[in-house]
Amino acid sequence: MSFEIATAKKTLLEPAGLDESSLNQLMGQLVGRGIDYADLYFQYLRHESWSLEDGEVKSGSYNIDQGAGLRVVSGEKTGFAYSDELGLQALSQAAGAARAIARQGGKSSGQPVPWNKGGGVALYQGDNPIQSLSDSEKVSLLERIESAARGEDPRVKEVMASLSAVHEVILVVRSDGLIAADVRPLVRVNVSVIVIEGSRRERGSAGGGGRSTYPIYLGSDQPEELSKEAVRQALVNLEAIDSPAGTLDVVLGPGWPGILLHEAIGHGLEGDFNRKGTSAFSGRIGEMVGSPLCTVVDDGTLPGRRGSLTIDDEGTPSQTTVLIENGILKGYMQDTLNGRLMGVGSTGNGRRESFAHLPLPRMTNTYMLPGKSEPEEILASVDRGIYAANFGGGQVDITSGKFVFSASEAYLIEGGKIGQPVRGATLIGDGPEVLKRVSMVGNDLELDHGVGTCGKEGQSVPVGVGQPTLKVEGMTVGGVQV
Amino acid sequence: MEERKIRAVEIAEQALDEAGRHGASAAEVGVDQGEGFSVTVRQGELETIEHNRDKSLGVTVYCGRSTGSASTSDFSSAAVRDTVKAACTIARYTAEDKANGLADQNRLATSFPDLELYHPWELSVEKASDLAFECEASARNADKRIVNSEGATLTTHGGQHIYANSHGFIGVNQTSRHSISCAVIGREGDSGMQRDFWYSISRLAPELDSPVIIGQRAAQRTLRRLGGRQVKTCQVPVLFEAPVASSLLSHFIAAIRGSALYRNASFLQESLGEQVFSSGIRIHEQPHLKRALGSTSFDNEGVATVSREIVEDGVLNGYVLDSYSARRLGLETTANAGGVHNLTLDSGELDFDHLLGALGTGLLVTELLGHGINGVTGDYSRGAAGFWVEKGEISHPVDEITIAGNLKQMFRGIRAVGSDVDLRRAVRTGSILVDQMTVAGE
Repeated sequence: MSFEIATAKKTLLEPAGLDESSLNQLMGQLVGRGIDYADLYFQYLRHESWSLEDGEVKSGSYNIDQGAGLRVVSGEKTGFAYSDELGLQALSQAAGAARAIARQGGKSSGQPVPWNKGGGVALYQGDNPIQSLSDSEKVSLLERIESAARGEDPRVKEVMASLSAVHEVILVVRSDGLIAADVRPLVRVNVSVIVIEGSRRERGSAGGGGRSTYPIYLGSDQPEELSKEAVRQALVNLEAIDSPAGTLDVVLGPGWPGILLHEAIGHGLEGDFNRKGTSAFSGRIGEMVGSPLCTVVDDGTLPGRRGSLTIDDEGTPSQTTVLIENGILKGYMQDTLNGRLMGVGSTGNGRRESFAHLPLPRMTNTYMLPGKSEPEEILASVDRGIYAANFGGGQVDITSGKFVFSASEAYLIEGGKIGQPVRGATLIGDGPEVLKRVSMVGNDLELDHGVGTCGKEGQSVPVGVGQPTLKVEGMTVGGVQV
Repeated sequence: MEERKIRAVEIAEQALDEAGRHGASAAEVGVDQGEGFSVTVRQGELETIEHNRDKSLGVTVYCGRSTGSASTSDFSSAAVRDTVKAACTIARYTAEDKANGLADQNRLATSFPDLELYHPWELSVEKASDLAFECEASARNADKRIVNSEGATLTTHGGQHIYANSHGFIGVNQTSRHSISCAVIGREGDSGMQRDFWYSISRLAPELDSPVIIGQRAAQRTLRRLGGRQVKTCQVPVLFEAPVASSLLSHFIAAIRGSALYRNASFLQESLGEQVFSSGIRIHEQPHLKRALGSTSFDNEGVATVSREIVEDGVLNGYVLDSYSARRLGLETTANAGGVHNLTLDSGELDFDHLLGALGTGLLVTELLGHGINGVTGDYSRGAAGFWVEKGEISHPVDEITIAGNLKQMFRGIRAVGSDVDLRRAVRTGSILVDQMTVAGE
């Protein structure tokens, strides 16, 4: 028995008095005539956070959550119920509610399928990250981050810092006999500062994390690096002038600006929208949707990264899915339901926020592969434009393809050189068009530092993004300066 | 419901007792329980039935002036004990802060008028799906340019929130919430697809709009967007349609919230008594409106809510504070732990058509995209879609543009507030006309 399955049995099943025969019994309640697929999803979640402000760690919280979601699929129909009690009686009641989706459904076959233990190659250690530092070590870590930020510049007036760690154990039991488990750590460190100079006030922030423990993620000088970065960003913004408005050439920096791919391309390539024909990318596989310089992948298999998963929330091992290859649309990201209905398999992208939510096709780590240009050469090719080094959030309208995102650190480019910082720059564009305007791709691929959270239909999941330096010709830049 | 209430009160009392036993000098707990279901139909077929049943216990303990919090969804005695213990452990490591603590006892609610917030809907899944079918069919049949659908969803939910603290306060809120929504997709020629939606939400099922009306409005809103295009970059007046105008009020609230102010993180720092909006603007809270979505007689700390003026004749009268942020600022709580209660921007005389006339030539915004708001500086720059308006008449749909300005100037530049109030949120406003913003397009 794998470490993951043994852990899931110990933390989820045994305390609730459940064993393999109770799983068989529940599955027997779910499957039957007219049912194509059913699954049970057990989840155990412990989440702890600490936060610092005014130089002191003033608050902390600890959350205990667990439960099971039961799903029945019949054709395109889904019945779903969940319970935060794991006793057989509560689960059996939930099974009855979920099963009601197929009203005509007859008796179950009664024949339990032999369990077939699934699982991928573990991409992270199963250690509980909450226990990777003692409480007093967490407090001193936050104090260290705080004093590094204050020491960086006298204009730093407020420092807020936080740590959070999640220890999650999941168990998936499917009607096709697959049983799979995962033990997922996740840590996140964040620092945010307010700087004041005269009457001007600006914010800067930095953060990072991944599927590991605090000591592994932080190494020796990472806390100080985060503080420096937050202060640097805030100080840059103190000097910023109003962003110009209009159509300009835009150079996107490496790493986190890959959120452009996530918003403009990624969401539109999720299987559910394409099965339903509601995405601007629907029915366009094989078409040219980008310049030949663009190859974009979704890759859940990168060890230790925030968006990575050994298995997804339906028990499918994550994989590397080529979305766009040399500009040509190659494939969508699928969960089991949408993959089956579109006649392809799951790509390991079935994810859910918790046991109380239905799985949906979701991204993992989405990034563009590097090209051949030197970043300096890309900047030098722009006479007048914007260099966007860092972004806040973005959003997309899947159906029209229009996307938007806001720069948190951006500069004018004048005569091929980075000029003055600008504030309030928002970029807007059309998903299926924007990659066609990519005229240069850098050789400097970077992934983000582990801060991304993606929202869809009210469900949040951790994701990663990345890209090399890119030049996009003629994007609409929103600002106040005409 | 009665039995559930008694059980929840017992759990709250057990948690408060445990906190005392673990050495906490004060404690507060919230116990939430809710249940309901939602049904989605799409293209005339049943698509999803989801049954929801949630519960949670949240505990905050104070050991002297240090604090810790914990929560659980497990209501067993052992889990309640472990949760309280976890909160107390955290409180051992957190620093003292003299602003910490329960709300002052003399501010706690003592009367609990029936605000008529709980009206469960005895509805079978079959009947719910029939209503959703009716809604989606009315949208899909509205016009042949409606070519696809994201479906129609009916949701019904009822729940109970109990708040108790070691001052001896205990308050119970029972609430219900029902909604019907529909989203459809249109296409005309080669202009690409557009999607839009409409919904109705109420504490009372009979007050929901009819499924047919909701479907028709979803279809109309989608159809009117077909053929959207960019406009040239320009500076013009902008009219925010009521459903998106409430976001401007939300940005205002975020800027006068205690947690932003004591961190020096607001563009409205030290604005009390200043002209923040154009003259004539009144913004107030109405926490005791019967059946309204934002009504409650006590806030998340048990403090009695009151009707109050936040902005009078454009001048800022008060902040949005809970006990902690109030103490940090040397002020008194405004009963806003957990948020504002039916915050209302009073309407002027003009209905929507007259507002278009007042706009003259400029942009009507019906959708906003992205998060381009800087709460520290007030810089505002968001993606938008809507309509170009010429001399008071809608000329053509617009998309792939941004609108930008600074919230300080935008608030002072409000020229009119429409009588077309959107009652579907806890923040209530009609459409808002702002004198000038930068529109970026071609």
